[in-house]
Amino acid sequence: MPPFPFSAIVGQDEMRQALLIAAVDPAVGGVLVFGDRGTGKSTAIRALAALLPPMNAVAGCPYNCDPASPADLCPHCAAGAPRKAQKKPVPVVDLPLGATEDRVVGTLDLERALGAGVKAFEPGLLARANRGFLYIDEVNLLEDHLVDLLLDVAASGVNTVEREGLSLRHPARFVLVGSGNPEEGELRPQLLDRFGLACEVATPTDIATRIAVVRARDAYERDPDAFCAAHAKEDAALRKRIEAARKRLPTVTVPDAALEQAARLCLALGTDGLRGELTLMRTARALAALDGAGTVTDDHLRRIAPAALRHRLRRNPLDESGSTVRVERALAEVFA
Amino acid sequence: MTTAGEPERIWADALLALRLLARDPHGLGGIVVRAGPGPVRDAWIERLRDALGPERAFCRMPPGIGDEGLLGGLDLAATLAAGRPVTRTGLLAAADGGVIVVPMAERLEPGTAARLAAALDTGRAGPEGAPARFGLVLLDEGRDDEAAPVALADRLAFRIDLDSVPPRAALTEGRAGEEPEVEGPDPVAMLCTLATAFGIASPRAPILALRVARALATDNAAVTAARLVLAPRAERLPEPAPPPEAPPENEREETPPGQGEEREPAPPEDVVLEAVRAAIPPRLLDLLLAGGLRRSEARAGRGGRPEAVSRTGRPVGHRPGDPRRGRLDLLATLRAAAPWQRLRQGEGRLQVRRDDLRIRKLRRRVETTTVFCVDASGSAALERLAEAKGAVEALLAEAYVRRDRVALVAFRGTGADLVLPPTRSLTRAKRGLAGLPGGGGTPLASGLDAALTVALGVRRGGGNAVVVVLTDGRANVARDGAGGRARAGDEALQAARALRQAGLPALVVDTGARGGGAKAMAEAMAARYLALPRLDSGAIGAAVKAIR
Repeated sequence: MPPFPFSAIVGQDEMRQALLIAAVDPAVGGVLVFGDRGTGKSTAIRALAALLPPMNAVAGCPYNCDPASPADLCPHCAAGAPRKAQKKPVPVVDLPLGATEDRVVGTLDLERALGAGVKAFEPGLLARANRGFLYIDEVNLLEDHLVDLLLDVAASGVNTVEREGLSLRHPARFVLVGSGNPEEGELRPQLLDRFGLACEVATPTDIATRIAVVRARDAYERDPDAFCAAHAKEDAALRKRIEAARKRLPTVTVPDAALEQAARLCLALGTDGLRGELTLMRTARALAALDGAGTVTDDHLRRIAPAALRHRLRRNPLDESGSTVRVERALAEVFA
Repeated sequence: MTTAGEPERIWADALLALRLLARDPHGLGGIVVRAGPGPVRDAWIERLRDALGPERAFCRMPPGIGDEGLLGGLDLAATLAAGRPVTRTGLLAAADGGVIVVPMAERLEPGTAARLAAALDTGRAGPEGAPARFGLVLLDEGRDDEAAPVALADRLAFRIDLDSVPPRAALTEGRAGEEPEVEGPDPVAMLCTLATAFGIASPRAPILALRVARALATDNAAVTAARLVLAPRAERLPEPAPPPEAPPENEREETPPGQGEEREPAPPEDVVLEAVRAAIPPRLLDLLLAGGLRRSEARAGRGGRPEAVSRTGRPVGHRPGDPRRGRLDLLATLRAAAPWQRLRQGEGRLQVRRDDLRIRKLRRRVETTTVFCVDASGSAALERLAEAKGAVEALLAEAYVRRDRVALVAFRGTGADLVLPPTRSLTRAKRGLAGLPGGGGTPLASGLDAALTVALGVRRGGGNAVVVVLTDGRANVARDGAGGRARAGDEALQAARALRQAGLPALVVDTGARGGGAKAMAEAMAARYLALPRLDSGAIGAAVKAIR
């Protein structure tokens, strides 16, 4: 069954925008999606991966290395085998709750150790996710030590393994996509802050949208191929838009005025550190590239600010309104 | 609440659900069967097995199954015996096309539940992505708040409750309830409207209901589907549409004909609404009528206590075990295998048997979190608040050395705020405390509720929690934010009892000049009581240390 087409997802505009931005510039640092169950979080992420143009990877390399990258980065390619290019779909790797550290990082290949007496490394989920997406459902319930490990790898782009007498490094650059239901547990602020974008998804409350959701799903289930074919054109257009945005991204300029606005916005909200401004600038640039614009304007900042900043606010017991409202209030002030 | 024909009707619906599931196990996801073990449940399972037929898989999932059993992988015993890798098919792939029965689903580990949910979504399992298009039968024997994992139950079309079915009824075919005839409204629109009316948030519910309706393919399929799929998921009761809101028993018997005559074109939605309302399981209906918010179930389903064997921490020796459930201790394994090598007569190669494998024993230091629940209302004057802040900071400074954590809940005005989520960061705490305002009413019940939530969260994460309440006990704001001393007091005592039930060690520091409310509350939560009209942070610190 082909995955649900991305362009057929009803509503959830903010989540779709955030995912597209992460696809254009993986360096924005991951997407956090918080909201109710069954709102299409995992459907959207799988659809996005299917939408993305296939990537060039070294055939047989468990780390999906780019043939154009230097060979000594990964243990497989450094072994000196010829590096043949092969088209591969962008990987989406699920990290289930309760996964052991071994499964995530990789470990001694027990099969070969017992069978052939060879000390070999069995790559884990981080290796499979290289150059793709690592999706963690219920990220807020993940054990702390795994979260720490993921953050470290996501920030450095390299997985360093020192265990069971193995010692190696391999590239692990991925877009971390986390989802969860805030009612079941909060995420540590240190982790929240590391995600580039945070969006809130909610079950649509108006019946018309709900009907549209159910109809789309029903049509897809009854005849997946026909449904995908009906949306193939829109999906192709979106794919072109992403490709074009990726090409344009390095040339998009951020004028000083926009930087100043970003800084004023962060000051007004009292966000910690400079990560807020940096993410705001990065994501606004990716958004501008998606729009086909050459420079970042106030409009781009305004559209991306809630997702880029809402998870960086300090909890304020005096202010009972949600963080989204606070961001919007600050937006109204700064862009008045 | 039950009418004479109720058990027969439930049984008939249970059988209908079973037949539908047997026709398309994967498409409908499965069934949550809430029932204690017994002849009724056994009879139901037996009928499901018959309906599936001999050629389709019917597996039972052993409790505590590991990844290699579930998803497939290396068969350790066979591999060691054969000296070459022997793999085996996982349970999920083996059940392709059939049904997996999960006993004691309320105790399913979150990790296992997540794997099952992923396989349901993708229809594939294991590292190679073998087809695994199965249906799930979750046998939920939970009591009260325990329930099968919500993430999983949400993906399954049916929920049946067999507890009220007597064994006698299980021998029959049951008797289906009467259904109102509905003339051709759009089934999609109708199911969505119904789901919204019953407060069912997840869009999966109407989607599954629609699939059931298509599978039924009868004239009245949408109504039956709504009854089977939507009714057991009801989160609230819709606004009462028809005036005769008498006890539902009478309603069920007389409304369908009566209503049609009275109001000429009775909107079909209303008729169906009533049909679905009548199909809500009695126990659930009681809960809904009582306005019971079922939020807590979402948490209770989640494993409850942390796992006994720690997977993280500092190594403290080793023990025999499967290296895929822990970390292999290579040296200890070799040491265990070494003395037997002559007997095993390996040809130059080391012979390792399953019994030799050693895994690391890990111990995680259990940290204690002190949850402060501070009265920041007008009656607990501002200076005391300042003292409470001092006590929190003093404890934190010490906690930093002991790697313990502190959380702070403040209540004032109309509700409670988690000012400081569990933390051991002194900077964060100071910053959170600095902005803490005072004044307003005393919503003691909300404060205690919030403290309980935080403490349970800590416990779920594997830590210990201690609750320290600083208040004068003069509650005057109820949970919903309304004033009124009597109701507020009652609710506060109720919240205090909930703390005792959770078995949390607690300390009540009475900051009031005259005793009274706080003392009674301390008794209700079985807490230590400390009268401190003049607070000093040192005394609080000492008392907190005494209870943990």
